[in-house]
Amino acid sequence: MKPGGWFDRRGWSDIIVGVPYSWAIVFILAPICIVTALSFAVPVLNSPPYQFVHTWPFVSIASFQRLFTDSIYIRSFSVSLFNASIATVLCLLIGYPMALGLTRVSKAANRVLLMLIVLPFWTSFLLRVYAWIGLMGNNSWFNRLLTVLYNILVPQAWHLANIQIMYTNFAVIFVVVYSYLPFMILPLYANLEKLDRTLDEAAMDLGSRPYQVFLDVTLPLSMPGIIAGGLLVFIPSAGELVIPSLVGNMSDPMIGAIISQEFGLNHDWPMAAAISVALLFVLVVPLMAYTRYQSRAEAGGAP
Amino acid sequence: MKRLSTFLLTMMALGYVYLYAPIISLIVFSFNKSRLVTVWGGFSTVWYARLFENTQILDAAWLSLRLALISATVATILGTMAGIALVRFGPFRGRTMLSGLISTPLVMPEVLTGVSTLMLFLLMAKWIGWPARRGFSTLLIAHITFSMTYVTTVITSRLSAIDISIEEAALDLGSTPWQVLRDITLPVISPAILSGWLLAFTISLDDVVITSFTNGPGYNTLPMLVWAKVRLGVTPDINALGSLIVAVVAIGVTVSSVVLTRNERRRERDIQAALLGDH
Repeated sequence: MKPGGWFDRRGWSDIIVGVPYSWAIVFILAPICIVTALSFAVPVLNSPPYQFVHTWPFVSIASFQRLFTDSIYIRSFSVSLFNASIATVLCLLIGYPMALGLTRVSKAANRVLLMLIVLPFWTSFLLRVYAWIGLMGNNSWFNRLLTVLYNILVPQAWHLANIQIMYTNFAVIFVVVYSYLPFMILPLYANLEKLDRTLDEAAMDLGSRPYQVFLDVTLPLSMPGIIAGGLLVFIPSAGELVIPSLVGNMSDPMIGAIISQEFGLNHDWPMAAAISVALLFVLVVPLMAYTRYQSRAEAGGAP
Repeated sequence: MKRLSTFLLTMMALGYVYLYAPIISLIVFSFNKSRLVTVWGGFSTVWYARLFENTQILDAAWLSLRLALISATVATILGTMAGIALVRFGPFRGRTMLSGLISTPLVMPEVLTGVSTLMLFLLMAKWIGWPARRGFSTLLIAHITFSMTYVTTVITSRLSAIDISIEEAALDLGSTPWQVLRDITLPVISPAILSGWLLAFTISLDDVVITSFTNGPGYNTLPMLVWAKVRLGVTPDINALGSLIVAVVAIGVTVSSVVLTRNERRRERDIQAALLGDH
């Protein structure tokens, strides 16, 4: 290979690099810089509604102070992280057996079943949320079915006319799990499919029981898939805006709604920016940990 | 192994029921005569007729379609350029930053992308006078930006799987880089370019959050309209719309997978025939 790469770096090859690069700088890098800068400004009644401090140290951490002292922000951050964690664990519990099952079926069945996992992704996200709204409502067949099952299981004193699912945190988690399940299954499947099945057989031959094979061989080897799937579910569900707005309890909002409200309704750009920076920080930390884990795994091989 | 298999089969069956029960319910109730979305009142196609009379929905669908077509095309061009640069141009200055920037919108929650892009547009309007008001152009820019990152990812992964030696051989035999790009690289990655375009198209067609921050008054895309309608309550014409989308997607995916399978089989046959011919 020639030094400096495949192409000589002149003329139109500069265009191939330069055009997408400029686009990324203006429309990806600049917005992030603006948000970071604005998080250190103070809100004013002006257009645009922010101002930088003119005296040393030229930055104001007032917005960040409010973030850590005002219970609204602490509360919504906790709700978001709680919902995202529960949703990630549930996606893993539902998605792992499905991904494992996909590696054990015949090739023809595998093709169709994989397509069925991807298919909902190509349909509208909103309409899938909408479908659940119909099902979760108090008069739906699904809700009535759940109510009947519940009433059979609990003593008569606890019987309910119907179960309130809509407009609860539970509904948010339920629909988030539904929406992001394919994001868990696909990386897990990609990982499990590559595993060497002879290891399972060897462990079986050496006398391990199936659950031991799973715990000692399959599960540790599938950690990269679990982490990749987990991040793909955790990050978007922590910042989820649409699902809580449709099925959630609006008096207990998630952080996405708070950002949009600070920005749109309250015109407090510095506050919206500070929350965004904080959210980015909370979500980027696990990602950085993952990248480190991955590069170490690639460099070191077996632990 | 037997017990595990039964367990896995049960879990898979339940998983697929979970994934498809709401979609099937959506389709069934789109043929409901009653106004209530969850109580059956007899068969009817009235909501489909209602849907095609609703000019608001038709206008929104047309806007979404135009937006998705243009943004997917521009994003595919930009994303392909970025992918080729990242995989084939070697270690040029700023390469790490480009790949970092491209992956940022993929890992950021959409609400952050939306807020920060809107802040950029508002500040640009203040500083350089453009965009004076948000509308098609701001939507287009926002959609191109996030679609481009998906296209780049598709192109990069395909391109890194392809052996560079063919391209190098062509260069050694005297082809110009432009000829190599036109005659080898682009044809070889054309399936990735197509799937990148399709991905960009569907993502643009489906986007709610970033659109909600970057659109202006009077520019309601289909998802924005559906979001607003669903917030007010469920109506059966949305069921009809959803069923139509599911039908179109299912037909599209089935047809394309049949075509792909057939092409793949033909290619395998050709390869085998070629191998046999060599002997």
